[in-house]
Amino acid sequence: MTVITFIQHDGSERMVDGDAGLSLMETALKHDIPGIDADCGGGAICGTCHCFVEVSGDLPAADPQETAMLGLRPDRADNSRLACQIMVVEGMADVTVRLPEFQM
Amino acid sequence: MNMHVGKAVPDYSATPLEQLDVADPRMFQYDYWHGLFARLRAESPVHFQPTSPAGPFWSVTRYEDIVAIERDTDTFSSEPAISILDPEPDMILKMFIAMDPPEHDNQRRAVHHVVAPRNLQEFETLIRERTEEVLDSLPENEPFDWVKWVSRDLTTKMLATLFDYPWSERNDLTAWSDMFTSDVRLTAGEGATREVIIEHITACLQRFTELWHERKGDGKEAFDLIRMLQSDPNTENMVDDPLTYMGNIMLLIVGGNDTTRNSMSGGVVALNQFPEEMRKVRDNPDLIPSMVSEIIRYQTPLPHMRRTATRDVEFNGQHIKKGDKVLLWFVSGNYDDAVIDRPNDFWIDRPSVRNHLSFGAGIHRCMGNRLAEMQLRILWEEALKRFEVIELAGEPRRTCNLFIRGFTELPVKVRRF
Repeated sequence: MTVITFIQHDGSERMVDGDAGLSLMETALKHDIPGIDADCGGGAICGTCHCFVEVSGDLPAADPQETAMLGLRPDRADNSRLACQIMVVEGMADVTVRLPEFQM
Repeated sequence: MNMHVGKAVPDYSATPLEQLDVADPRMFQYDYWHGLFARLRAESPVHFQPTSPAGPFWSVTRYEDIVAIERDTDTFSSEPAISILDPEPDMILKMFIAMDPPEHDNQRRAVHHVVAPRNLQEFETLIRERTEEVLDSLPENEPFDWVKWVSRDLTTKMLATLFDYPWSERNDLTAWSDMFTSDVRLTAGEGATREVIIEHITACLQRFTELWHERKGDGKEAFDLIRMLQSDPNTENMVDDPLTYMGNIMLLIVGGNDTTRNSMSGGVVALNQFPEEMRKVRDNPDLIPSMVSEIIRYQTPLPHMRRTATRDVEFNGQHIKKGDKVLLWFVSGNYDDAVIDRPNDFWIDRPSVRNHLSFGAGIHRCMGNRLAEMQLRILWEEALKRFEVIELAGEPRRTCNLFIRGFTELPVKVRRF
């Protein structure tokens, strides 16, 4: 079972079990974790599920659409990702997701 | 609800497809556009119109097709313009909404943070105070024009605040905004000629250039949009390139004006059309943020944006040629029942209420979205607190403009608790 730890901008933490087949964005919404707006519902066309992802091992790289949306973020970092584009899969290592100060 | 005086409503179901006029601004003035776009979504979702006051163009009307085109910025460019009108060769204003990456990204990032939620918190108190003043000054039990006394007034004050614009001159901002989008070819001949628009652009540029030089290096710690441009390495010399400076100023003025103003009016109309939704939000004011998203979808104050094909491309069976204009009809996508459940209903707690196209999609998605939502949220928080009754007191008058779906006059009566 993959454990996903969401850390809010104020430092508060929630750990939840990840379900294979759900994205990190959907996982957050399922557990009512604040800090992710997900305006577009998962299409990488709004950028409002921006987060900073830490995981041991590799994640699939961001595709050009995700990269384009991340490029608009004033607070972009090396580990910036859109939570809607990262799927939880069987056997995935535990993931830490840091939420940004705001979504827009 | 809507006047059709002097204008027969086209019978969209009987007109041959090739005769449909998708460039008819009266469809928004008299609010008869639903049938046109329903027909196009069903029968001709990627539709070519060979003639219009602004030349031939394609219309894309389904939600998913609009999103697909918004994602493909290589094929569907935002240059040279995002309205159906091409720029005049002697005055090509440069604005990031009408640019492709990477220049778009650099210019957008330079002003992005002024409307970032971090900064909005500092504006919230000010916006609330101004909203309270405006609502407290409204007459009771007698009709007044909500557009003039609420929507225009509030958005003008917000714009003046964002630019730290001289307060006594603030109405110039709104007048310029109206002028910039009023080309006769978008307004069935009712708007302004090119010469008049250029006069106003020149006056606006002159005033903003003065403000730039007054502020440059005055050492003040203030975060208005002009100082933000001055403080970012990508834009610090923008004033030396007047077409770029003016383009960005125009973008910020128009972007912060018609959109929010017309959603402020549209909310009143929608809540009067659907009284059950008014009861819902009165019983549960926690629904206001969700209602705000639904108002923005239901109104869709900017009904379309234009892209231009950079190559010959086949899209959903249609052959779009390099250089063709492609209009993405957000207003149609927002009423596409393949994606939006019961789209003609104003439904303040609909599921996935934030999934709408009013802000666009992809890299050009509205930068001021959170500011707009905040202004509308505060308006409704304060209005519902004060007024037991907010009702229409006459027919709304709507804007005759292909690019803007809004109101010129909205007679309203209120009664305080």
